[in-house]
Amino acid sequence: MRLEIRNGRIVDAANGVDRIASLYCTQGRVAAIDRAPAGWAADRVLDASGLVVAPGLVDLAARLREPGLEHKATLESEMRAAIAGGITSLACPPDTDPPLDEPGLVEMLKHRARMLNQAHVYPVGALTQRLAGEALTEMGELAEAGCVAFSQADHPLVDTGVLLRAMQYARTFGHRVWLRPQEAFLSRGGVAHDGEVATRLGLASIPTIAETIALSTIIALVRVTGVSVHLCRLSSADGVAMVRAAKAEGLPITADVGVHHLHLCDVDIGWFNAQAHLMPPLRGTRDRDALRAGLLDGTIDVVCSDHAPVDDDAKQLPFAEAEPGATGVELLLPLTLKWAAEAGVPLPEALARITDRPARILGVEAGTLRVGAPADVCVLDPAAAWTVARGALLSQGKNTPFVGLELQGRARWTLVAGEIVHGA
Amino acid sequence: MRSRNPQLNAQGELTHLLTLEGLPAPIITQILDTADPFVSIGEREVKKVPLLRGKAIFNLFFENSTRTRTTFEIAAKRLSADVINLNINASSTSKGETLLDTVDNLVAMNADMFVVRHSQSGAPHLIAAHLDATRNTHVHVVNAGDGRHAHPSQGLLDLFTIRHFKRDFSNLSVAIVGDLLHSRVARSLVHGLTTLGTPDVRAIAPATLLPAQLKSLGVTPFLDMREGLRDVDVVVMLRLQSERMKGALLPSPGEFFKHYGLTEEKLALAKPDAIVMHPGPMNRGVEIDSAVADGARSVILPQVTFGIAVRMAVMSIIAGN
Amino acid sequence: MPTDARVEEVHLPDAERVLTELADRIAPAIAHDAAFVGIYSGGAWIAERLAAMVPGAHPVGYIDVAFYRDDYNRSGLKPNARRTELGFDVEGASIVLVDDVLYTGRSVRAAINELFDFGRPARIELAVLVDRGGRELPIEPTYTGVRLAVATNLSIVLGRSDAAVLSLGVEPA
Repeated sequence: MRLEIRNGRIVDAANGVDRIASLYCTQGRVAAIDRAPAGWAADRVLDASGLVVAPGLVDLAARLREPGLEHKATLESEMRAAIAGGITSLACPPDTDPPLDEPGLVEMLKHRARMLNQAHVYPVGALTQRLAGEALTEMGELAEAGCVAFSQADHPLVDTGVLLRAMQYARTFGHRVWLRPQEAFLSRGGVAHDGEVATRLGLASIPTIAETIALSTIIALVRVTGVSVHLCRLSSADGVAMVRAAKAEGLPITADVGVHHLHLCDVDIGWFNAQAHLMPPLRGTRDRDALRAGLLDGTIDVVCSDHAPVDDDAKQLPFAEAEPGATGVELLLPLTLKWAAEAGVPLPEALARITDRPARILGVEAGTLRVGAPADVCVLDPAAAWTVARGALLSQGKNTPFVGLELQGRARWTLVAGEIVHGA
Repeated sequence: MRSRNPQLNAQGELTHLLTLEGLPAPIITQILDTADPFVSIGEREVKKVPLLRGKAIFNLFFENSTRTRTTFEIAAKRLSADVINLNINASSTSKGETLLDTVDNLVAMNADMFVVRHSQSGAPHLIAAHLDATRNTHVHVVNAGDGRHAHPSQGLLDLFTIRHFKRDFSNLSVAIVGDLLHSRVARSLVHGLTTLGTPDVRAIAPATLLPAQLKSLGVTPFLDMREGLRDVDVVVMLRLQSERMKGALLPSPGEFFKHYGLTEEKLALAKPDAIVMHPGPMNRGVEIDSAVADGARSVILPQVTFGIAVRMAVMSIIAGN
Repeated sequence: MPTDARVEEVHLPDAERVLTELADRIAPAIAHDAAFVGIYSGGAWIAERLAAMVPGAHPVGYIDVAFYRDDYNRSGLKPNARRTELGFDVEGASIVLVDDVLYTGRSVRAAINELFDFGRPARIELAVLVDRGGRELPIEPTYTGVRLAVATNLSIVLGRSDAAVLSLGVEPA
């Protein structure tokens, strides 16, 4: 289909584009910008005046809950939610049931996603079998099946010897390792940040050193193995400082932050609000400020949704028993724009953190609107105001601490491979 | 995302007792003042008043406790209420009925009040929020102890006891000794004392049993018991809860007693008229010497008597709001 | 009964004079060991004065009816409840229940119920300084100081000065 997106503000940080122009797509790719290609006749024209035309968003962590956890959400519901959020490429962590440690499971997931013909799904494979932290997975086979990296998701890898060997093996074949820095013993049983709030509320806590000690181990192993590591979901000021120093040293490290941790802190737990029960926990205001500063100065490369749909029953429990996680794919865009507005970050730079940069960490062709790139586009209205409410969310998970709040920024149309998948 | 105090109704009156934290001083004082006439009820022949006649009070104990449950039961019966005891252990909930399902079922049986004890911090708050969301504002919740968060009725009876013997909080020095990390009794007492203007609240324990952010609660930590007890007016001994301790917090009860147990020799460092309190049940020889527990300065038994009166006051105030 | 009168328009008798008249009525009629039980706080002041003025050894008790009121379900628990302290054995006792102002009769009903939770008295009589009518229960005083009618928007209250002199006043209800 020949599609023309007319007169929008095209923002493509990767290529230094920020101007009002028209975008021309054909055969699933960007054909031209500014001037129509010779002999152009559009099959469909989208009037993007007043709107922003950005690359489709790239989300590094969206749990789709398939296989195995269908009572929480399904591929259908979560993919629909993702494209409604303007996301055209997403990576899903391996903590499904069973975990993504077999090529067959990965192939099935990719096949299912392809059939839905919505966002591109890039599975992250399990680093160890069953995520148990003992034996390596067949990373080669998993990569051939479509895994873009290997990770332990939220399962601790306690045996440092195994972690070293897993990183060495990944390095041998050029794979990347994604790790969430959380020391297992210091965080054992904890449900909230070790600060005033947890003390007053009597909640078992996770100290900051659970993150920094784990970071220290990971950074040392990166030095020794040379493997590229992506650090998932930084949560503390001290952690950000360590990553800054490691990057200054020139180590092959990238990092992300969950979009909720950019805005919330432990005070938002209020009177035991289980919607604010997240992993890693929401830490103090000082930590939140450092995460925001880290995203600004590039210590933290990207923002992700950390999408975790949880059924109502699993949240309507006393705080510590409630399942951690928040729904996020529909909030990634407005919450990133909110950070940008508050931090004084220009739109192209803000969008880069959810388009081009995550695409480069994934190592896939996405996050850009260069001529010849796949026509994965998010036409968004940065000023569109909407209230976060159960009825407004397409995800099966209605679990968000932002319920009742008004946010700004919504996708008007989302295109994948030149086809409109969201928006009339 | 914080709304008004979940314990107060729209008129600012107490409708649930969930925690002493954030409870305005006038309300705490009102409860203590109301408890006073209830003390004398226990001395009459007919130990009952008709205030809560016809009301159904359910003791929802998800964690076993004979003494607390008995105290609440006596208090409720002295108010002429109907009391139903439910001991819900883990196996019932593992049969699939959630906490809130249980609450809904009991509300449908015309419950007027739930006295709730739960091993998880925040469970009574969850129930109160649910009652609010389901528009059952005529049903009240009393927290009888949730995880390590709060034990507000114990905090109130401790405040009542201190007020009875010491009158004025504004020039008191109070030392709380023992496992503060896991203690809901300590947290509630600290909130109550600071709200009522106690200038010097001390915590005495080894570093492993002191919460990280004690100073933010207005408490001064002491690792040395002799130093911490110097010139205090009130000594509150906490129970060393072996069931709560996990993983390397203390080597042995014996070593604990040597450094943090209350003996007559250590008590002599406090003021000559200092009182000794304990929420019970006591571990004699672990946190407190028998000579002190049974001695002249111990007010442990009056605490029990006051506990019934304070709980009667709490229930009669909230049931009327 | 008029429903709105102004405070300044009401003329009240001297409480001390009424008290003396009441004591004179009580003295020849009651048992020599009858107890005066006053309802807080006006009734309590009067009970103390009567015990001093009426010949004989009369114990004085104090009763707070907060826990026996019939309006709990409507208005909740009234604040500032005090301890009921009787100091004598109710079982078989002659009791004169004392209140400052008798109006609907509900406080007296509550007080009688409370007394019966202490034991079975031989008899209970009622002495009031002021009977303002407006009864909602079948309760009548045995001994009355004075009968007064005021508008329903006003309350009659008993005051006591620092020198322990009693006086009657009105305030908006």
